[in-house]
Amino acid sequence: MKSDIAFGQYCEGDSLLHRLDPRAKIVLAVLYIVVIFLAESVASFGLLLLFSAGLVAVSGISPRIVLGSMKALTFIIIFTAVINIFWMQGETLLFALGPVEVYLEGIVNAVLIVLRIMLLLICTSMFLTYTTTPIALTDGIEQLLAPLNRIHVPVHEFAMMMSIALRFIPTLIEETEKIMNAQKARGADFTEGNLLQRAKALIPILVPLFVSAFRRADELATAMECRCYTGGAGRTRMSVLRYDWKDFAAIGTVVLLGAAVVVLNILVPGIGLAM
Amino acid sequence: MKNIVLEAKNLSFEYPGDEDTKPVSALRDVSFAIEEGSFTAILGHNGSGKSTLAKLLCMIYQPTAGQILLNGRDMTAEGITEKDIMDARREIGMVFQNPDNQIVATVVEEDVAFGCENLGIPSAEIRRRVDEALEIVGMRKYARHAPHKLSGGQKQRVAIAGTIAMKRKIIIFDESTAMLDPLGRKEVMDTILRLNKEDGITVLIITHYMNEAAMADRVIVMNEGKILTDGTPGEVFSQPEPLWEVGLDVPQTTEILYKLKKDGYDVPLDVFEPEQCARIIAQALERGRS
Ligand SMILES: Nc1ncnc2c1ncn2[C@@H]1O[C@H](COP(=O)(O)OP(=O)(O)OP(=O)(O)O)[C@@H](O)[C@H]1O
Ligand SMILES: [Mg+2]
Repeated sequence: MKSDIAFGQYCEGDSLLHRLDPRAKIVLAVLYIVVIFLAESVASFGLLLLFSAGLVAVSGISPRIVLGSMKALTFIIIFTAVINIFWMQGETLLFALGPVEVYLEGIVNAVLIVLRIMLLLICTSMFLTYTTTPIALTDGIEQLLAPLNRIHVPVHEFAMMMSIALRFIPTLIEETEKIMNAQKARGADFTEGNLLQRAKALIPILVPLFVSAFRRADELATAMECRCYTGGAGRTRMSVLRYDWKDFAAIGTVVLLGAAVVVLNILVPGIGLAM
Repeated sequence: MKNIVLEAKNLSFEYPGDEDTKPVSALRDVSFAIEEGSFTAILGHNGSGKSTLAKLLCMIYQPTAGQILLNGRDMTAEGITEKDIMDARREIGMVFQNPDNQIVATVVEEDVAFGCENLGIPSAEIRRRVDEALEIVGMRKYARHAPHKLSGGQKQRVAIAGTIAMKRKIIIFDESTAMLDPLGRKEVMDTILRLNKEDGITVLIITHYMNEAAMADRVIVMNEGKILTDGTPGEVFSQPEPLWEVGLDVPQTTEILYKLKKDGYDVPLDVFEPEQCARIIAQALERGRS
C-alpha cells in the first residue's frame, strides 16, 4: 500500500535495538553524538566506525539500506571534503596547483569530517528512525521532556500534535489519491506541461484537500472533547514505558565507548582532526 | 416505571450567525425522557436538528433555552462547572458518523484506551477495560493493528469500544452506520443491539434507515427542529401519512401492509420482521378481502 511510505523509515524488526525503551534510545543517540564529537584521532574514528558497524549488525537491518541513506548527503560530503582539502593549511605539503596548496593534514581532515557526518547519520538512524516507530519516539520525547511542563512548555500538546499528524498522514494520502482520481476523471492532467502548468493543476487538489482537512480537524476536536480530553493534566497512560537492564547496559556501553575514545585520542594521537 | 436517566425539557437551540448570516434556529421546544436501558431511534430528514440534539445531550453545545437532566441533575443550571460536565461525560457519550474523524491513535488498542487515559484511570485497570471492550465489539485480534488499515465497520466498532471502555451508561450513535456498506452496517447494528440487550446500556441511535429504527423500543421523529411524533415503532409507523408528508419513509414492511390494509385486507401494521410479515401477507391473501 502506498500510504505505508508515510510511516517514516521504520524497519520492522525484533532486534535488541528495536526492543530498547524509546527514551533510552533518545538518550543513547544524544550520548553517541557527543562521543562522535569527542573523537579526534584516526584511531578513535576507527573505533567508532567499528562500533557503528556493530550497531548495524545488531539491528538486523541490511547495510545496503543504511549506505543507501547516505546518498542524501552526497552534496554535503563533497562540499566539506573540497573545502577541507583545498583550504586547510598544514605542515606536509603534498602538491600545489598555482595558488592552491594541498596538505596531507587537509586530506586527513576531510576524510575525518566526512566520516563524522556519516557516523552522525548512522547513529541517529540506527537508534531512532530505523528501529523506533514514530509513535514510540513521540511518546519517548514526551516523557523525557515532561519536566519542562513545570516551566510551562506545552510538551504534551506538542506530542499530541505529533501523534495526531502521524495518525492522519495515511488518511490524507488516501484522500489526496481520491481527489486526484476525481479530477482526472474530469480531464485534469497532472503529468504534462511545464512546471507552472503542473503547479496550477495541483490547485484543484489542494483546495478540496485543505477544506476537508479542516473539517476533519473540527470533527476530531469535538470527538476528543466528547471523550473527556482536556489536555495533559491528570491524564494517565495505558502503556507505561519501563526501563530495564538492557537500557542501562546500552547506555553504559556508550559511556564506556566515550571514555575509550578520549583515551585513544591521547594515547594514539597521530594526525588528527584540526577542528 | 423505570428510572429516567436522561431528560430534555423544552430544549431550544440556535446556531449564532455571524456578520452575513442570520442565526439558525435548529431546535425548538423539544421535550422527552429516556428510560434506563431503553433503545430509542431518532428519525428526521436532513437538517431536522438530530445531530444538534445529540450534541446538546452530550453537552458539546449549551442550549439557548430549556434544560437537560442527566440522572435527575440539571446540567444546564447555574453553577455547573467544567468538571461537572467532564463527570457527566463519563456517563454519556457519542459515536459519530465518520469513523476516520474520531480515531485519535495510530494503534487500535491505544485509541480504545484514549478516553480512559483522559479520565486518569490507573494503567492496569485501563488495560483490563480495553481488552474487555475489544472483546465485546469482537475486535480483540486487531488490538495491535493500525486503524487506517481496517474496514469502515471495524473502525466504527473500535470507536464503540473506546466509549464502552469508559463504562458509559448512555451512548448516542449519530448516523454511525451511514458510511458503511451493508455488511459493516450489520456488524455495527449487532454490536449496538448487544450492548443494549446484554449490557443494559441505554442507546439512542440517529438513523436514516427505517429497518434500524424498527428495532428500537421507541421512535422519535424530528421535523424542522421539533418533535413530530414519538412512540413505539408500531405506533409511529402505523400512521405513515404524517411521515410521508414531511418526506420520510416508513419500513418497507409497513408500507406493503399499509397498502394492503387500504385495499381492504385485514392486516396489522406493526410487523417489522420480513419473514413474519411475509407470512401475514400470505395468510391475508388467502383469506381475501374482508
Ligand atoms: N455549525 C453550524 N452552524 C450553523 N448552522 C448549523 C450548524 N450545524 C447545523 N446547522 C443547521 O442546523 C440545522 C440542524 O442541523 P443538524 O446537523 O442538527 O441536522 P441533522 O438532522 O443532523 O441533519 P443530517 O440528517 O443531515 O445529519 C440545519 O438547518 C443546519 O443547517
Ligand atoms: Mg446529522
